[in-house]
Amino acid sequence: MIITLSHFLILGAILFCIALAGIFLNRKNVIILLMAIELMLLAVNMNFVAFSRYLGNTDGQVFVFFILTVAAAEAAIGLAILVTVFRNRRTIDVEELDALKG
Amino acid sequence: MENIYLTIVLAPLFGAIVAGLFGRQIGRAGAHWITILGVGLSCVLSLNVLWQFITGEAEVYNQTVYTWLASGSFNFEVGFMVDTLTAVMMSVVTFVSLMVHIYTIGYMHDDPGYQRFFSYIALFTFSMLMLVMANNFVQLFFGWEAVGLVSYLLIGFWFKKETAIFANMKAFLVNRVGDLGFLLGIGCVLYFFGSLDYATVFAAAPSHANDTMTLFAGHEWSAMTVICILLFIGAMGKSAQAPLHVWLPDSMEGPTPISALIHAATMVTAGIFMVARMSPLFELSETALSFVLVIGATTALFTGLIGIVQNDIKRVVAYSTLSQLGYMTVALGASAYSAAIFHLMTHAFFKALLFLGAGSVIIAMHHKQDMREMGGLKKYMPITFITAWIGTVALVGVPFTSGFFSKDAIIEAVHHASRAGSGYAYACVLIGVLITALYSFRLLYLTFHGKERMDEHTRSHLHESPWVVTVPLVLLAIPSLFIGYFTVEPILFGGFFDGAIVVNAAHDPLLALGEDFHGPAAFALHGFTQWPFFLLLTGFGLATWIYMFRPDIADTIKARFKPIWTILDKKYGFDEFNQAVFGRGTVFLGRFLSKHGDQQIIDGLVVNGSARAVGWFSSVLRHVQSGYLYHYAFATILGLIALVTAFVLMGREGL
Amino acid sequence: MTMPIEAIIFYFFAAILVGAALAVISVRNSVYAALFLVLAFFTSAGIWMLLEAEFLAITLVLVYVGAVMVLFLFVVMMLDIKVEPLKAGFARYLPVGAIVALVMAAEMFLVLGAKHFGMERFPVPQPNPLGYSNTEELGRVLYTEYYYPFEIAAVILLVAIVAAIALTLRKRPETKFQDPALQIQVRKEDRLRIVKMDAEKRADQ
Repeated sequence: MIITLSHFLILGAILFCIALAGIFLNRKNVIILLMAIELMLLAVNMNFVAFSRYLGNTDGQVFVFFILTVAAAEAAIGLAILVTVFRNRRTIDVEELDALKG
Repeated sequence: MENIYLTIVLAPLFGAIVAGLFGRQIGRAGAHWITILGVGLSCVLSLNVLWQFITGEAEVYNQTVYTWLASGSFNFEVGFMVDTLTAVMMSVVTFVSLMVHIYTIGYMHDDPGYQRFFSYIALFTFSMLMLVMANNFVQLFFGWEAVGLVSYLLIGFWFKKETAIFANMKAFLVNRVGDLGFLLGIGCVLYFFGSLDYATVFAAAPSHANDTMTLFAGHEWSAMTVICILLFIGAMGKSAQAPLHVWLPDSMEGPTPISALIHAATMVTAGIFMVARMSPLFELSETALSFVLVIGATTALFTGLIGIVQNDIKRVVAYSTLSQLGYMTVALGASAYSAAIFHLMTHAFFKALLFLGAGSVIIAMHHKQDMREMGGLKKYMPITFITAWIGTVALVGVPFTSGFFSKDAIIEAVHHASRAGSGYAYACVLIGVLITALYSFRLLYLTFHGKERMDEHTRSHLHESPWVVTVPLVLLAIPSLFIGYFTVEPILFGGFFDGAIVVNAAHDPLLALGEDFHGPAAFALHGFTQWPFFLLLTGFGLATWIYMFRPDIADTIKARFKPIWTILDKKYGFDEFNQAVFGRGTVFLGRFLSKHGDQQIIDGLVVNGSARAVGWFSSVLRHVQSGYLYHYAFATILGLIALVTAFVLMGREGL
Repeated sequence: MTMPIEAIIFYFFAAILVGAALAVISVRNSVYAALFLVLAFFTSAGIWMLLEAEFLAITLVLVYVGAVMVLFLFVVMMLDIKVEPLKAGFARYLPVGAIVALVMAAEMFLVLGAKHFGMERFPVPQPNPLGYSNTEELGRVLYTEYYYPFEIAAVILLVAIVAAIALTLRKRPETKFQDPALQIQVRKEDRLRIVKMDAEKRADQ
């Protein structure tokens, strides 16, 4: 039983779908939402690394590197916004953050 | 040569730009100096070119100077075609224009729009030169529209005067009617010949003589006839032929120099020139020439009749212009193009002279134009008086004056012509001679002879006009008298226009006329024994008897022939008809379209309707914009699922 | 049926990864969720090792587990969040969420299955030779071909730092602190007032 590229891609797909469900189910907790986004990015990175390996091309890993960078920045800013929101509203409930509603 | 031609065209333009844009900086004197220098330069150069053609030194020049734009297989170009015909036109235009420039210094002396006026007339000279020197239809159309525009500006020069605004609008609109035909004609030329270059079109014309076109199902028309009639409709607008003549008398609302420059000597002759230039096309259509002939004859006679009952001195001259333009058109219709151009040239001199003379009278009368308040001016303004007499004898065609040669040639040419309508035309032009004499001498008698009918104040200020006014009068009087004598032979019978004007020898009336020609003097002496001279004498006698000796009889005649007088006074009702049918009709149509088309359909349905539709749609759609993050995320996911589904369904075989 | 060691390792880590991911989205306490995420990262790092991306595997652990997840934990603990209401509605949305996730997963299986990405199209590559350095290889590409993107990534990180600080920084009026600039600006007149007055007698004299 040999591990093929398909295995890694399907693992990534499962991870992505779990993260998707997580975003959908956690309507109250922004922190979990952010974590689900991290999971999604992880799934994408999984695909990149797998393709990089099976195509014998290092460029895929470079992309993962950049995605890690951007994800880190995103997490930092996302959490900073979260902190600010919590200070102002005393909640991180997504359903209460509806000031945008027209 | 190219540089000379460019200078001829651009010198007036330069003057116009400087006087127009920097009029305030260069002052009044600066404005008239710069434009007079520009026009004078091009006048001198034009005369030089004409001289070279006369001596045979110059070659026919036909070159493209600048390619404006290229579209597919044909180019819009700026180019010059200079041959004998062009050279004559250039010289006439620039010479008369120069005279008018000088005259304007005196006439517009107190006008606040002095610089603007000089800028306009120099611009006009430029436009007219572009028109006559064009070597393709596009440039011809440019010049054509440019003179129309400047004419509009100049008729409405006193833009605070209600009647002037009405007149310039009228001139512009009536010319639009003609221009539409002209543009359609140019379009047809492009359609049939695939080119707008004169040389190409004229060379190809004989091979297209039997082309036909179908405008309405079941009616085949000769393409040449359609093209020529359409082009001639343009000429009817610009050269004021019935029924598009209505704008010209009204254009007398403009300052007098303009009446002389545009509405006597140059712009209105553009149509005549154009038809002469297009002679290779017109020669191929007997029908079109007959049409030209009948229109010209009608204009020549019936506008002359109106001139008899007018009291405004300028309007009399204006109707006289219409009548003379009719003569030229008749000549064109009779295939005597050279005679038309010849009359155009002589007419330019004596009509400009008459207009400027009338202007001189108007200056003296403090801008009163009603002849009923004049009379006996001969002792106050001798130079004007004498030059006006010279202009009049030339106009009526007393033998040996230039008017005689050109007009008699036309009458004889019509006499020899044998196409449909030539009998009618011959009758019209013959009676026209009588009419011309009648209104011309009536004008002279009412203005310069008889009792002094003006009020005391005006009488006490009467004096001869300044030298800038009288010098052009004298300079114009000389060619009015003599130019015909010296040029009749080469122009009409000497083949001066060979190559520029093409006439089918089979129906060339001048050829027949040339066989009996034995020098200008014999021609003039022979004129004393002909019908036109007797008609002229009759007209002269009638005018003299009525207006010189029995002024009271005029009113009696007026009362006796009240219905005819009313018809003439109303100018056959053209103005009323146009006002009622075209004016009202257009306003009604416009109102209808504005109310139902614009307000209801475009504004109501399309503009406001689409706005309302957007409003309704967004009021539905705004429910999607809940403001909840997970709704947006859900929408994203749905979109992603849809995309992947599409990928699965369609991309199964691929990859 | 014999299983090669790679397969055993893959399935082991994959099972833990999926389990940890499920736990992240379903546990009540955010602290546990963060810790399960750490677990997910660790197992991913293991799988990346299997894919011979050693440098990235190490980086994932160092950067994500060491920095980002610690940040998450910090925030979770710093904010005074009530756990109970945050999980309300989880059961209500579970069917829809599960259906969406299953549909998505099913479609991805169709796309990513062995038909398109199986052995025939993508054979298993040979292991890298001994002495091959993934770090060196990555560095070579990163510092040559991707030099400008690399610089931009650095700037993005800097911007993120500045932005995060700017967002969270706040002045607390109740906190007392010193302002050296104000301190050294103080002049004698601000603090000291000299009053002239007559000498006074003692009352008892």
